[in-house]
Amino acid sequence: MGDTMTSLLNNSRPPVFCPGCGHDLVVRKLDTALQGMGLSGDKVVIVSDIGCSGLFDTFFNTHAFHGLHGRALTYATGLKMARPELTVITVMGDGGLGIGGAHVLSSCRRNLDITLLVLNNFNYGMTGGQCSVTTPVDAQTSSGFLNQLDAPLDICRVAESAGAPYLVRTMATDKELAEQLAGAIEYPGFAIMDILGLCPGRYTKRNRTSIAQLKSQMKSMHPVADGPVPENEREEYGAHYRRLALATSPQVSDGGITTTCEKIVDQRREVLLLGAAGQYINTAGEVLCLAGMSGGLQVSQKNDYPITVLRGHSVCEVVLEPGSIGYTGISKPSVVIAVSAEGVARRKGVFSLLNKDDLIIKPYDLEIPVTEARIIEIDRKEQAIKPSQMALAALAVLAGNDCVITLKMLHSGLAARFSGKLLEDAMGVLEKMQ
Amino acid sequence: MVLSFIEGNEAIARGAIAAGCSFFAGYPITPATSIYQHMLQLLPPLGGICLQGEDEIASIGFCLGAAMTGLSVMTATSGPGISLYSEQISLAIGGEIPLVIVDVQRLGPSTGSATKGADGDIQFLRWGNSGGLPVIVLAPVDVKDCYQLTLHAFRLAGKYRCPVFIASNKEIAMTRESVDLDPLHSRKSAAVSFLKPIGGAELSRLTSSTHGPDGYITADSAVIAQAIERMERKLLSAVDDFTYFDLDTREDDTTLLVVYGVTARAARTALQHLRDKGEKISLLALKTLYPVPEKCILHSFEGKNRVVVVEMNLGQYVREIERLATVLPVSFHGKMDGELISPQEIVAWVTQ
Ligand code: SF4
Repeated sequence: MGDTMTSLLNNSRPPVFCPGCGHDLVVRKLDTALQGMGLSGDKVVIVSDIGCSGLFDTFFNTHAFHGLHGRALTYATGLKMARPELTVITVMGDGGLGIGGAHVLSSCRRNLDITLLVLNNFNYGMTGGQCSVTTPVDAQTSSGFLNQLDAPLDICRVAESAGAPYLVRTMATDKELAEQLAGAIEYPGFAIMDILGLCPGRYTKRNRTSIAQLKSQMKSMHPVADGPVPENEREEYGAHYRRLALATSPQVSDGGITTTCEKIVDQRREVLLLGAAGQYINTAGEVLCLAGMSGGLQVSQKNDYPITVLRGHSVCEVVLEPGSIGYTGISKPSVVIAVSAEGVARRKGVFSLLNKDDLIIKPYDLEIPVTEARIIEIDRKEQAIKPSQMALAALAVLAGNDCVITLKMLHSGLAARFSGKLLEDAMGVLEKMQ
Repeated sequence: MVLSFIEGNEAIARGAIAAGCSFFAGYPITPATSIYQHMLQLLPPLGGICLQGEDEIASIGFCLGAAMTGLSVMTATSGPGISLYSEQISLAIGGEIPLVIVDVQRLGPSTGSATKGADGDIQFLRWGNSGGLPVIVLAPVDVKDCYQLTLHAFRLAGKYRCPVFIASNKEIAMTRESVDLDPLHSRKSAAVSFLKPIGGAELSRLTSSTHGPDGYITADSAVIAQAIERMERKLLSAVDDFTYFDLDTREDDTTLLVVYGVTARAARTALQHLRDKGEKISLLALKTLYPVPEKCILHSFEGKNRVVVVEMNLGQYVREIERLATVLPVSFHGKMDGELISPQEIVAWVTQ
């Protein structure tokens, strides 16, 4: 231990690991490293995982976040993004490495300036020596024969291919450990240290592992992992994020809709639009709503389409009401705009509910179930209306008949939704229908 | 009057920004995705942070980390995601981390129907944490509520240092409606200052382990009991501070209809029909579900000889109503087929 004046060790809580535990060495070397870097406790946060290594944060006078098993990197990510100036050190065992594998991989890909120390002692010490993702196949663990079945994971190899820019494989007993720790902490990106250590409490009780053995085991591992991985080095995530975020511009507010027209309905109206993907059914529903709003009506719109958005039915339910809207479903529409067979098939039951006061607008050649409703047909060939324009053409017919909305309202709706060429095209369709 | 035409999810995102939210993390999931999409549009230009986690566990984990530095944070998900949040929710409760969690409910169980609505997570939100300590659950009825309850949620999360749930529903989240947001802007409440943030001058300790006031693990049962009891009391004793509801009652009404969420809309229409038919019926639409606003519910019972509860599930909140009603007969009606409960169905259920 160095100068006690600047040590970040918590003197009232000395390490409580089993005698000979590798974790103990790492605690002391980490303190040496932090001292060497001249960091004060309030500039450092230790994020610890679960297991014996999870005690780590309690031994230091730094900020601490001791969370859930395997999730330490998730908190570290939030902390570092929120407070980039903090030194964030995450500590986990080989257990945390396994259960939190997705977060380790993602952290490698992200390259946020966090240091991850994996205290790798090949088993779950705290729960009684079960096998972990790094247990050799020939080891004796309290998981019976199960560890013979899974290939042990070398985190440095995995992290290298996942994009980690800084990797160190070392041992808790390494004389250079403090310098290695300082190097990883100082590295301005995601740095992983795979620190091999002994667990006398559990693992070495059944496995004749010595420091010398670990050392030779380590030598045979590839990649070498002793610092930066040049092909993975790139801009740090937080800095990159802030640079890209700075270039974003605030969303222009839509400004909303003001009442500019007289409404022509004095009670709730339900309109059902039945079409297919590519027919701009949702857009037509939106235009109808905006048109209604320009006439001072309250409106609601619900869409129904399959998750494969470019195929199948597209159905839109619109409610227009002079007062506030209660139920947003459709019980019995007074208007059905039917422009494709897919949409009609989706709601075929609705047609028999309609009576003579209700209106259906459809292309002349679209088959619909038997109904009592009044039908207005659009001669789409004669009027050269494309399938993608059918729903809008039907709205023009609706407005032309002063049903639910007026032409003036429809104009307002279109002007609120479109501008430039799109608005011109839409107005073109309206003209054709008059 | 200037009306906006937005869906519930957008209203939540706008409400969050108005409440001072500066950090959001989420994972795409229908029908909650558009909250994330809106936050991604809104936050970065304002200097805030919006992240997409590798999964739901990471997304809420990012939020917990950021929250501990004192930022106002929010995440949003749906059934499968809220299930994955569960362990982190327990951490937020035990660690007293302020956090707004939006659960845009969809039809379960499991993957269920991604694009169909339900209110099937209500008891899960209350009890889906290990230890069973109370949480705050607010349930919006419409787009306006989505905005307003989000403002409240941030205030409550900061004030009581706990996760606050917004129990939305696909039928509110993805339904666009005309809404006048202007009068709501002024209701913005002052931000609550965060005690001892990580990164502050005073060292801050957060631990998922049972701990005393110093933030260190403890095995002292007296200290443990004190901490647990304090965490329970801080919410149970404060429910009057956040009891949100709409009660439509007349002096001689004898039936009370109790609803929450999107069903309250159909219930309002049904109430009119029923009264037109001469039914002596009142309507209580609860917007605070947990902790159970017992005073408000008991008050609504006054003068009634029966209670009818309608929910978009097979009967979850009715358990709370039954517990409070004691001798007052309670009948339950609900369904789980992905369709809205209609006013006609409610009328039939009440008059049957
Ligand atoms: S059980 Fe193993 S890892 Fe845990 S303290 Fe003992 S030696 Fe260290």
